[in-house]
Order: sequence, then C-alpha cells, then structure tokens
Amino acid sequence: MARGKKKVPDINSSSTADIAFLLLIFFLITTSMDTDQGLARRLPPPPEQDQQKPEDKDFNKRNVLQILINKNNQLMVGGEIMDVKQLREKTIEFIDNPNNDPTLPQKKAKHIDLLGDCEITDQHIISLQNDRGTSYEAYIEVQNELVAAYNVLRNRLAKSKFGKEYEECTPDQQKAVRQYYPQRISEAEPKNYGGK
Amino acid sequence: MGKFNKTGKKEMPALNTSSLPDLIFTLLFFFMITTTMREVSLKVQFQVPQGTELEKLEKKSLVTFIYIGKPTPEFRKKMGSESRIQLNDKFAEVADIFDYINQERNNMKESDQPFMTVSLKVDKETKMGIVTDVKQALRQAYALKINYSAAKRQ
Repeated sequence: MARGKKKVPDINSSSTADIAFLLLIFFLITTSMDTDQGLARRLPPPPEQDQQKPEDKDFNKRNVLQILINKNNQLMVGGEIMDVKQLREKTIEFIDNPNNDPTLPQKKAKHIDLLGDCEITDQHIISLQNDRGTSYEAYIEVQNELVAAYNVLRNRLAKSKFGKEYEECTPDQQKAVRQYYPQRISEAEPKNYGGK
Repeated sequence: MGKFNKTGKKEMPALNTSSLPDLIFTLLFFFMITTTMREVSLKVQFQVPQGTELEKLEKKSLVTFIYIGKPTPEFRKKMGSESRIQLNDKFAEVADIFDYINQERNNMKESDQPFMTVSLKVDKETKMGIVTDVKQALRQAYALKINYSAAKRQ
C-alpha cells in the first residue's frame, strides 16, 4: 500500500554505457574508415569498328617517349634499359625540353591566358606499353612516376609564375598551368612481348 | 614512506560514471560520421600497391568498384588460386563487366552519369593481363574515368 508521498526511484542507468559500447563496436566493425585514394586516369574511347588502326598517324619520332615494361618488370625507356628511379628525371627532361634539344619534343609558340606567349611541347606523347605478364605493382609504380614528373613540372611553373604550389593556385591559374604542361600519356593496345 | 601508507579506514570514493554513456555516445557519433558502410563482402584478397601522387576519390555515390585478386581461403577450393574478378558480391568474368557497368550506370541519376568513376582495387601481385582485359571491357562500356586504387607510401 503506497501511503503518502513516495519518491519515484531513479532508473538504474549504469548499463547505458554498455549499450552505447555495443553500438560503438557494431559500427566499428561494419564500417570502413579508408578514404579511397588512387591514381586517376582516363581511358581512350573504344576504337570504331570500321576504322583501322588510328595510331598510324604520323607522329614525329622526337615527340614520342616510349616506355615498355616486360614480363620480368624490366623497364625500357626510349630504347635504353632503365631503373624506375631514373624514370622521373628522364620524363621531366623529355616533357620540358629546356635546351630545345632536337631529339626531344618540338616546341611550339602558343598564347596562354595568364602566362602570355610561351614555347611549349604540347605535341609530346608518352606511350606506355606493358606485357600481359607484367605485375600490377610495377605498372602502378611507372604510372606513379609519370604523374610525379608532371606534378614536379607544374609545381615548378606555378612557383615561378604565381609564387605558390600548383594545388594552391586558383582554378584559372591551374588551368593555365595545365595548358602549359598537358598530360599526354597514351596506353597502347595490349601486346604480347617476349613469349609466354 | 609512511606518507603513502593507507593506514586509515578511509574507503575509496566511488568513481562517478554518470557521464560515461555520454562519452561513448560522442565516440559513436564520431565513427558514424567519419566512416562509410561496407557494402560488399570481399571474396578476393588484395593489397593495393603504393604510390605517392594520389588523388582522393570524391563522391562515393559516383564510384563503382571492381575488385581483382586471389580468392580468399574459403573460396580457394572452388575457384582455384588464380586472380579473379569480383563485381558486387560474386565472382565474375571479364565478359560480365560490360553489363555490370551499364546496370550500375542506369542506377545513377541521369545528371551524375557522365561523372561515373570506376575504381579498380587490384592486388599488387596480379598480372597485367587480366587488368588489361578489364580495361578493354571498360572502354567498350564507355566507362572511361578510372582510378587505380593505391595506398599512400610513407
């Protein structure tokens, strides 16, 4: 028999923490934290059926840097065997052509907003070819070095022209820098090298 | 060291735990916001290669994943230990990619369709042959924006 004023007893809340813990652990297990990162690439559109090989277009030899990776993950760049570590340097030299070397890509005068008239090597092509037996790791390493070479050049230009890193430039400035150093990497149709 | 000897009959006061649930809830919300739900259960093992010049993948809703790697131990018996492709929750062949991409694309909002990105999560031991086949299939399906998933090199 309840008589008079009886106090309502407190609800025992000592297990709330445990419940919250359970929820926490559930979320920790079912979710993943990894922000996905990677090398962004654009594939060329598929070849038309009636069209023959488009690659017969007469590319000037000096404008092409050919990179081959064989099934033993060995690298050949422009006719010489090379280590991945040297690739970045070689690519930078190829794209930039600082001394107007006749064996390196042709320079062309072009007007770019914000940068004015400049001589750029917008005809260059880096052609990457791999074997079916090449390991994915080696392939990504080469891709990474190529992107790195472009980034080094773009950063250098942005620093000298705008006084800051490429990433920190305004979209218009970035566009100008991109026009100065357009990324031209072509991945050739797959071929089998050096047998099975 | 008499100073520290507990000679008295004083009892330790109980720790006040009434704010503990709140603390845990804060943690919980933190994880709920920063993480994303894992959508597929992986049937292949992979360890992505490392790189330095990585870009972040933005907008999860625009991204379609393709996994390539060796089957996990429980599937080894059935599928062998050769590299396999996984689309959604099942193993697939190169020929299935075309339909898969088109289906994924149709599930997207029309305004988002041109921005569709395909993220390739490929084990670093994989041979390029299978990757090349996948790339050719993606070209056929007009999924031209791709992203080679990689981890940041320390």
